Amino acid sequence: MIDAEDLCYSVRGRRLLQGVTLGLHPGETLGLVGPNGSGKSTLLRLLAGLTRPEAGIVRLDGAPLASLPRRTVAQRVAFVAQAAETAERLTGRQVVELGRTPWLDALAPWSEADESIVDGALATVEMLDLAERQWGTLSGGERQRLHIARALAQRPDILLLDEPTNHLDIRHQLAILSLVADLPVTSVIALHDLNQARICDRIAVLHHGRLVALGPAEEVLTPDRLRAVFGVAARELTDPADGSRLFHFHAIA
Amino acid sequence: MSLAVAGSGGAGRRIGVGGLALAGLAAALLAGVVIGETALPPLTVLQVLANKVLGAGYALDPVDEGIIWNYRLTRAIVAAACGAGLAVSGVVLQALLRNALADPYVLGISAGASTGAVAVTIAGLGAGLLSLSFGAFIGAILAFGIVALLARAAGGGAGAAGAAQIVLAGIAGAQLFNALTALIIAKSANSDQARGIMFWLMGSLGGVRWPDVWLAVPVAAAGVLIVALHTRALDAFAFGSEAAASLGVPVRRVQAALIGTSAMITAVMVSMVGAIGFVGLVIPHAARFLVGPRHGRLIPASAFMGAVFLILADILSRVVIPGQVLPIGVVTALVGAPAFAAILVRGGRRL
Repeated sequence: MIDAEDLCYSVRGRRLLQGVTLGLHPGETLGLVGPNGSGKSTLLRLLAGLTRPEAGIVRLDGAPLASLPRRTVAQRVAFVAQAAETAERLTGRQVVELGRTPWLDALAPWSEADESIVDGALATVEMLDLAERQWGTLSGGERQRLHIARALAQRPDILLLDEPTNHLDIRHQLAILSLVADLPVTSVIALHDLNQARICDRIAVLHHGRLVALGPAEEVLTPDRLRAVFGVAARELTDPADGSRLFHFHAIA
Repeated sequence: MSLAVAGSGGAGRRIGVGGLALAGLAAALLAGVVIGETALPPLTVLQVLANKVLGAGYALDPVDEGIIWNYRLTRAIVAAACGAGLAVSGVVLQALLRNALADPYVLGISAGASTGAVAVTIAGLGAGLLSLSFGAFIGAILAFGIVALLARAAGGGAGAAGAAQIVLAGIAGAQLFNALTALIIAKSANSDQARGIMFWLMGSLGGVRWPDVWLAVPVAAAGVLIVALHTRALDAFAFGSEAAASLGVPVRRVQAALIGTSAMITAVMVSMVGAIGFVGLVIPHAARFLVGPRHGRLIPASAFMGAVFLILADILSRVVIPGQVLPIGVVTALVGAPAFAAILVRGGRRL
């Protein structure tokens, strides 16, 4: 599992992360919430090993991430960035096939197994029908689903997703969230919708680059904290149909 | 990446396509030897080849034999090696920089190699063929470094704005190195040397002999092979270097190896035949149009098409004006500049 210890990171003198310590539990879905600029993307990139922390260390099963070959990391950890684009005329299937890259080499060429993993990933995000379409002809939501399928095709133990529901319609938002929550992998998912974040096993709240709370949704997402971190008033309501709780937000006058 | 083999019988089909490509290359080479100031019959050409390679012992006019073996054949082979090498360099630069307009000529790498080569031949930094190539290599690396730094300082990166920045930086770099070349020539060369160099700078296969073949072919072959070993990594750059890293590609190492390879190919070709533009730009787009964006097919297709293209361009340069040889760079530019314009008009998107 990934363990982060005392991570600090800044860009041009601006502190983006300050002393973040965080350990993932095997199999959990961890929601990462916080206002714009609170450091969610930066933290995900550090956990993926795509950027080195200024101070602190990220470990993968005890080994410093920086000491592991990229290929080894990519076999364990998959990362879905926000809105990655290409001008290449790739088909949807070809994009998902990129996910097999860390498993292939001269001695392990493309095989039937890879083919069926790609098919499975496409089916999981309901993109089999559109698999032969060109990237440039697909909508933002369809592209996002392909990115997630590409990450699934990596067959990772740990899945890091940066606001994966951003471009999706509500049906696919819910589908992706429950898919990620039900996957037998450990996932960290940056989210904006605090009601949707309740599906996560634990919630981490970032504020000005600091980890200000970490725990189950009902403990972490309280009206007082939401007022302090997000600057909004929140009223907790109960759905009479199933007793689930959700927030109703309004601006602080 | 030849990730998935298309359909059933893919391997057999691939061998078929490869055989066809080799036959096409052989035909182009033969045409390159046959066509010229004095047309030589294909049969004579084949007899010369049989004599030289197999020791067949046909009785032939020694002048014809000399022209075919020492002039035309070497010229066609070097043209093929240059075309293949420059086209593959273009593919590499376009993939790593994610820029449809990238190629060794546009980015000023050829200009840097020219400066390095001239610095060695005229200003006398070392001597001999290999050190000439090495001077060109240093010039090529320097030029790419300066252009990359300039583009970065100008806020370049992936995307439309970054695409413009790197091309602008390339223009600045090419101008700088062309000026340096002119300065070295003005300062150190006599008028005969200067005329020869100006012709060489436009691209000329005129002085090519067997020693050039033994440099051009191994460099092109090694370069294409190194790039061919990285086809999956090149595919992984489709969504940028960070995406490549998250797919397990050691980005820095791959960038260094492949840009170094491109610079080496460009340097050796430029030091031999001058700065031939647009091959690295036009051929990859044409190849992408035919075989798609994945590098497992794109690299061999570009190498083959680049080789054939430059052999044909060389034939054209010899027959367009009777009794006179046009610099081959003029021919490739006459084809390449409109193609560059077409790529620009399509918004820099890859064809």
